[in-house]
Amino acid sequence: MTPARDIRAEAARLRARFEEAGAVPLETPVLQPAEVLLDLYGEDIRGRAYVTQDPARGEMMLRPDFTVPVVQMHMSHGAEPARYTYAGEVFRKQEDHPERASEYLQVGYEVFDGSDAAAADAEVFALFAQVLAPLGLRAATGDMGILTSAVQGLRTTERRKAALMRHVWRPRRFRALLDRYSGRTPVSAHRAALIAGKVPAVEAPHVGLRGPEEIAARIDWIREDAAAGPLSEEEVALLDAVLAVRETCPFALDHLRDIAVDLPAIAPAVERLSARIDALAARGVAVETLDFEAAYGRTSMEYYDGFVFGFYAEARPDLPPVATGGRYDALTRQLGQGAEIPAVGGVIRPGVIFDLGGLA
Amino acid sequence: MSVKLGVPSKGRLMDKTFQWFGDRGVTLARTGSEREYAGAVEGIDGVELVLLSAGEIPRELAAGRIHLGVTGTDMVREKLSQWDQKVAPLEELGFGQADLIIAVPACWTDVDSLEDLDAAAAAFRETHGFRLRIATKYHRLVRDFLRRAGVADYQLVDSQGATEGTVKNLTAEAVADITSTGETLRANHLKILSDGLVLKSQATLFKSRAAPMVNGERETWDALREKLDLE
Repeated sequence: MTPARDIRAEAARLRARFEEAGAVPLETPVLQPAEVLLDLYGEDIRGRAYVTQDPARGEMMLRPDFTVPVVQMHMSHGAEPARYTYAGEVFRKQEDHPERASEYLQVGYEVFDGSDAAAADAEVFALFAQVLAPLGLRAATGDMGILTSAVQGLRTTERRKAALMRHVWRPRRFRALLDRYSGRTPVSAHRAALIAGKVPAVEAPHVGLRGPEEIAARIDWIREDAAAGPLSEEEVALLDAVLAVRETCPFALDHLRDIAVDLPAIAPAVERLSARIDALAARGVAVETLDFEAAYGRTSMEYYDGFVFGFYAEARPDLPPVATGGRYDALTRQLGQGAEIPAVGGVIRPGVIFDLGGLA
Repeated sequence: MSVKLGVPSKGRLMDKTFQWFGDRGVTLARTGSEREYAGAVEGIDGVELVLLSAGEIPRELAAGRIHLGVTGTDMVREKLSQWDQKVAPLEELGFGQADLIIAVPACWTDVDSLEDLDAAAAAFRETHGFRLRIATKYHRLVRDFLRRAGVADYQLVDSQGATEGTVKNLTAEAVADITSTGETLRANHLKILSDGLVLKSQATLFKSRAAPMVNGERETWDALREKLDLE
């Protein structure tokens, strides 16, 4: 047996496990229209996905993940509740890590069921924990919904909140925006002039598609923003406190409840976390020792916006995570042009299981 | 066997390279007809001149098909991932200076920095229904730069020439291109963002890390290195 055959056999076993758990097997095309993925992930995905040209269909990508095609298939002809599984190759360029695989198998389990979000989250996590139990992995969990509700609860302009929400997945720009809104960033001479009503004189004529009214509108926003006054140090500190939460589940929950006293906007999200922890415990997950990090999942390119999780081999930091997943209601909203389907799922990499000696 | 030296096959870059080597006692010349890319080397034995497009030199160095090559830093960084593991820069040659920059229409009075560009891109996408277009041929460099800067809601559109004209022609909203004096940018009513310098580039002599030196090539290389006064 070659490793490739062993890995494929492992993938088939995993998919069979997921079918036993009630999932319907799905096949999705390897070639995906690039436009959909570019609109979702932005230009960055070109650095990670293989793009190719089709004379009739335009730019196509070799499937960088299954989530998008699975969501699309479910939205076009699925009925709720639904559980799906799949096993197949995904393709990722590894420009900075040529030693990592650029083509590997993923086996997934996705749940489209809006009746009880906590139960669905727990179902996926508990299933993965059970399947991966022989490997003795460390599990990490988080919840993007706590950070996003903290942002939504800031006492500031809607425009600032929208800008922060847009960069929740880009921690550096998010921090730069917070620094700007809280007055920590010195105002540039250019911006100061705009705020003071002095638009720089330009001899050049107008060129390009972005019209004079768009330029004028943005100058108005800059002035509005200056007039709105800074975000309070207290609120920035609360946001930092949320991001710093990193404890086992019960302590993290206590800690977040304390923060919610001063930041009541996160209370509903904290109660959802509480319900999830209960649901996990009911499924036999040892929540007393399960790690929770409020900032977990912020740098992945996925569209996770609620529960997030990953399974890691602690003794092998050279390996990518064995499994990752989370809730991606926002992705279904984007792909469904407004129609939202609560969805949670995850993928396992059988190749990494093989590197760790297999499940048997 | 001979030490293979890759040099740009035409234009100012070729002339300046020939001059740089000539000043150090190594005469490079094109031979044959105007259209034939063959060359000759005088002043040292065992060096073979390979005339190539400047854009192909990084690839040939990385593959080890040439030992040495003259090209711009921009080309090496754009074409090679993990470039510093594939080639070693030996000497900056003092010509071919060019900056890879991001420029927007001068009439965008609201935009001065990458932060402004990001905010303008978000509003642009909202208004026009597609991501703000930046024309360039330096896809990797520009994408990495914008990712690190946290700019979103843009798309790169390929432009292999006359890039500055794309804004006027409504095929892009902004450009990322090489400039030396900024003259072409001004003529096309564009301005450089205050923090929009992606890379400073100049013609540089690179050595391949993949091309082995055998059968006297090392001795030739030592002699060449001495003549060129390289460390």
